[in-house]
Amino acid sequence: MLTLTGITKTFNPGGADPVTALADVSLTIEKGDFITLIGSNGAGKSTLLNCLAGVFFPDAGTITLDGKDITALPEHARAAFLGRVFQDPLSGTCASLSIEQNLALAALRGKRRGLSRGVAPRDRDRFRQALHSLSLGLEDRLDARVRLLSGGQRQALTMLMATLLRPEVLLLDEHTAALDPKTAARILELTAHLVTTRNLTTLMVTHNMNQAIRLGNRLIMMHRGRIILDVSGQEKHNLTVEQLLTRFASLRATDDPDGPGGADDMTDKMLLV
Amino acid sequence: MTYYALIGAVEQGFVYGLMVLGVYLTFRVLDFPDLTVDGSLPLGAAVSAVAVSAGIDPYLTLVLAFAAGFAAGAITGVLNTKLGILHLLSSILTMIALYSVIIRIMGRPNLTLLGKPTVLDAVTGLGLPAHAAGPLLYGALAVAAGGTLVWFLSTQFGQATLATGDNPRMITALGVNTHTTIIVGVGLANALTAVSGALVAQNQGAADVNMGVGTIVAGLASVIIGETLVGRGKGGVGRAIVAALAGSVAYRLAIAVALDLRIGQLSVTPSDLNLITALVVVLALTAPKMRAKLTGRRC
Repeated sequence: MLTLTGITKTFNPGGADPVTALADVSLTIEKGDFITLIGSNGAGKSTLLNCLAGVFFPDAGTITLDGKDITALPEHARAAFLGRVFQDPLSGTCASLSIEQNLALAALRGKRRGLSRGVAPRDRDRFRQALHSLSLGLEDRLDARVRLLSGGQRQALTMLMATLLRPEVLLLDEHTAALDPKTAARILELTAHLVTTRNLTTLMVTHNMNQAIRLGNRLIMMHRGRIILDVSGQEKHNLTVEQLLTRFASLRATDDPDGPGGADDMTDKMLLV
Repeated sequence: MTYYALIGAVEQGFVYGLMVLGVYLTFRVLDFPDLTVDGSLPLGAAVSAVAVSAGIDPYLTLVLAFAAGFAAGAITGVLNTKLGILHLLSSILTMIALYSVIIRIMGRPNLTLLGKPTVLDAVTGLGLPAHAAGPLLYGALAVAAGGTLVWFLSTQFGQATLATGDNPRMITALGVNTHTTIIVGVGLANALTAVSGALVAQNQGAADVNMGVGTIVAGLASVIIGETLVGRGKGGVGRAIVAALAGSVAYRLAIAVALDLRIGQLSVTPSDLNLITALVVVLALTAPKMRAKLTGRRC
């Protein structure tokens, strides 16, 4: 169970244009939750993910994992329990290393790295089997440099690497947004497959409302650094894009001084669909 | 070129080869432009010269030089990672500071080693002539260092070091503290450079605080020449290391040839070498782009 309590993060505090990316956000992620996180640009989705991953620290609030306070733990030390996939398909793998070397790096996530061989021969069978599950034919190309792979192949490999060792929480940061529609659909399929078959606790940021509704057991919507919607179970199951848009507009009307229907609102809607 | 000039160039190629391995490690593996080498080369020379003068076994002084060089590189790494100073500036700061440190170590700007024992004595003691013993011993040392570096980069920690230069974001997400890999990596690079400096001092019979000027440029030129000879980006780490050593020898040979050049009244002097080396590096760095432009391909 991952718990965030009163997380606040302001960029450029005291500067000319301070931006409150997270305003007193509290959230409990239960074991086995598959949460989809949506919101317009600047809503705080990525900031929330980065605070969880330890890329930067919150100004206030605490993060606990199974009761242990991890708020001050640096990014590399959190890797032991987090699997991460980034938006840029080139960010998750090392281009100059081979497929098996990349997998070997991932097989030691959060572990001590010593002077024994980087790729142990006994690991190769395990890697081959894991790659076989992707159905991309990569299991026959263990020695191939990752730079030879396409963006979609690299993102599939990153998914595999993030889950090679079972993570306590899997963090997906718009991991299909930079792919072409067909490839994005395949990666999403792979995501759903990995998460459900292995029952992984997952937090997935997306720009796509359909994705957010179709996948997962819980949907969270953020706006201006706050969680404005948190639905799960049957309620989430029955949700439609239209309902979501309506709720988004009405919830915004209450806290938005500009009111709904402004130019700002229009661009946000366009981004959300 | 005479036979002795040729042998001498090959010998120098191997002696400086360890430094070139260090430059390969920082410049290519870690993507960390490290100017510390201009200071760690004379540092290794100074440590070895003082130790040899004090009667310590010449081989043992290489270990001392290694340790001193590692410390210098590690300081650059700490300045960059823990204190957040730009990598280039971190290395310049260490390099400048080393100038004072080296003079403190030697007690003066230079130290001669004439008549003192050297690492070569063990080989010439076997009855080999000096001109054959040099290239053999230094070649063996360079190949051993290269082999060790290939092994190191294939270990779990070494692979994490390769990943640090390639994709720091990814390797951090996989639990590696890139501060550690950078400090150790830059430390190792300068340890190799310092051993190179120790060998240079024993080979030339003197250590001088100014002997390191232009080391980084010579190292870069060697790495780039090696890549041109062997093929950049082809093959793995092993091939890159072979390229670095081959590049080092080729660079020293090219210099020996340049020193023989005579165009009319003008002959090349050793003091022209820095200019020539800088031109070679500029040419080598821009050649791929030029070629791409000329053939109309995008790089």
